[in-house]
Amino acid sequence: MKNKLLGIPYIIWMAIFVVAPLILVVIFAFTGRNGGFTLENFSTMNQYVGVFGDSFLLALVATMACIFIGYPLAYFLSRENAALKGMAMMLIMLPMWMNFLLRTYSWMSLLEDTGLLNRLFQAIHLIDLVNVIGSSMAGLLNQPYEPIEFFHMINTPGAVILGMVYNFLPFMVLPIFSVIDKIDHRVIEAAQDLGADSTVVFRRIIFPLSLPGVLSGVTMVFIPSVSTFVISGLLGGGKTMLLGDLIQMQFSGNTYNPNLGSAISLVMMVIVLVCISIMNRFGSGGEEAVVL
Amino acid sequence: MRQNGFLSRIFIALVYLFLYAPIFVLIAFSFNSTKSRTVWSGFSLQWYRDLLRNAEIMDALQTTLLVSVLAAVIATIAGTAAAIGFFSMKRRPRGICLAINNIPMTNADIITGVSLMLLFVFAGRVLNLNFRLGFGTLLLAHITFDIPYVILSVLPKLRQLDPNIYEAAQDLGATGLYAFHRVVFPEIAPGVINGLMIAFTMSIDDFVISYFTAGQTSTLAMVIYSMTRRKVSPEINALSTLMFLVVLSLLLIINLRQIQQERAVAKKLAHAKH
Repeated sequence: MKNKLLGIPYIIWMAIFVVAPLILVVIFAFTGRNGGFTLENFSTMNQYVGVFGDSFLLALVATMACIFIGYPLAYFLSRENAALKGMAMMLIMLPMWMNFLLRTYSWMSLLEDTGLLNRLFQAIHLIDLVNVIGSSMAGLLNQPYEPIEFFHMINTPGAVILGMVYNFLPFMVLPIFSVIDKIDHRVIEAAQDLGADSTVVFRRIIFPLSLPGVLSGVTMVFIPSVSTFVISGLLGGGKTMLLGDLIQMQFSGNTYNPNLGSAISLVMMVIVLVCISIMNRFGSGGEEAVVL
Repeated sequence: MRQNGFLSRIFIALVYLFLYAPIFVLIAFSFNSTKSRTVWSGFSLQWYRDLLRNAEIMDALQTTLLVSVLAAVIATIAGTAAAIGFFSMKRRPRGICLAINNIPMTNADIITGVSLMLLFVFAGRVLNLNFRLGFGTLLLAHITFDIPYVILSVLPKLRQLDPNIYEAAQDLGATGLYAFHRVVFPEIAPGVINGLMIAFTMSIDDFVISYFTAGQTSTLAMVIYSMTRRKVSPEINALSTLMFLVVLSLLLIINLRQIQQERAVAKKLAHAKH
């Protein structure tokens, strides 16, 4: 079953719809509004250094959080029986079928000052408890105390991170799970026969073998986190502008400036590529885990 | 391996609660009798009634389903052909092709979106075509980001394929196309169907790339986005509740069928042993 000719139409398709658009991004990034060569787009980008910093910081925190939640989850699930595993993986993927805008929007009702979580905290007197502790602490220190009525959660960077973790956690769990689940049980049994306890088995066998899964999980969480432009708008209240918002602004409405937008996209793409290749270099020597 | 203790089970439950809490809120408030997202004021089906009358949402739903089905089917046919082509290549050119094929999957959606938008606008200007961003460009964009998933899902099946069976079929007098249809395709069919499913999911879930390439055409995600900037009407909650139920039942049916098939296979094996 060999037929090289069947590849040709798609190679042409890729040239037009994958390669050419990226070349256009590069060309636009180095041209001005009048069409001549310029580096102005990059020099005006100085004012957005803060946005770059915020985006990469928030994405990094979200990715770390996904590892700390996703890794134990994948590990624990891999120890369940087959039927439960299948069900659990299905339930991890099921939310992805529901529009992510709606799920993120739903967090707004949970996190608002008068939202469902704050109502719950009031109902279980958690807020009263905080006030009692707070006022007695303030009394000891002779400080005035302002009692709170709710926890302020929405429109903070924390809420944006929560949104990222919520939306992209499955992308961390799935690759890690598929790698751990494929580990040959005989390897683990051999280690146990040779006297390794469960800590050693985890540290010397399961963890190193699961690293490719973690690496592809990190890539799959970090890239959408750093470039998101909806989550920050919904849960951050537009206060924390991220790279995605910045790029989106350059390609729409009255702030239309595709040249600056291309330059920002290009710089973001290069930084992400450099980060990922450094990570893969330090990771498991270029091994790749494909999740499908 | 050791079974999970009580604490790890609690951890698993908490993560699932985190994943599903917003969805339950969404479903619960689709039955609310007022517009409020946080105050429950009684059961009602009015949002489901209004949903059917909302032309904007219904139009967008139609566009979304149409573009997802078309893009998934076209991408599956094109991707399967391309996978066979890639499979037939020598190692080096195949590596290059696969690397380019990976770009739309690993690149940030927003970059795929804006770069395609630049292409369409630029092509319109240079070729002096009188076309604007719309359903056509939306479909092209969806096909472009769907094909890589199909290829990645079909290629492993081609590698597992015994190269001799195609030749055996031809030796027995089958034409190339007939041999493909009767011998090769049944072998790679699970990969093709898997690719179709992934492509469809990717298309129906996409917002970012559609946002930049659809022009005035609206997909469901775009309608929801424009609503979140004003006030989301609970009709959208009703619609997503319905979609959630449809997907849930589909997945359950698939899971049950798999279990049944496995049982049937086990039975066959048991018979064969006797």
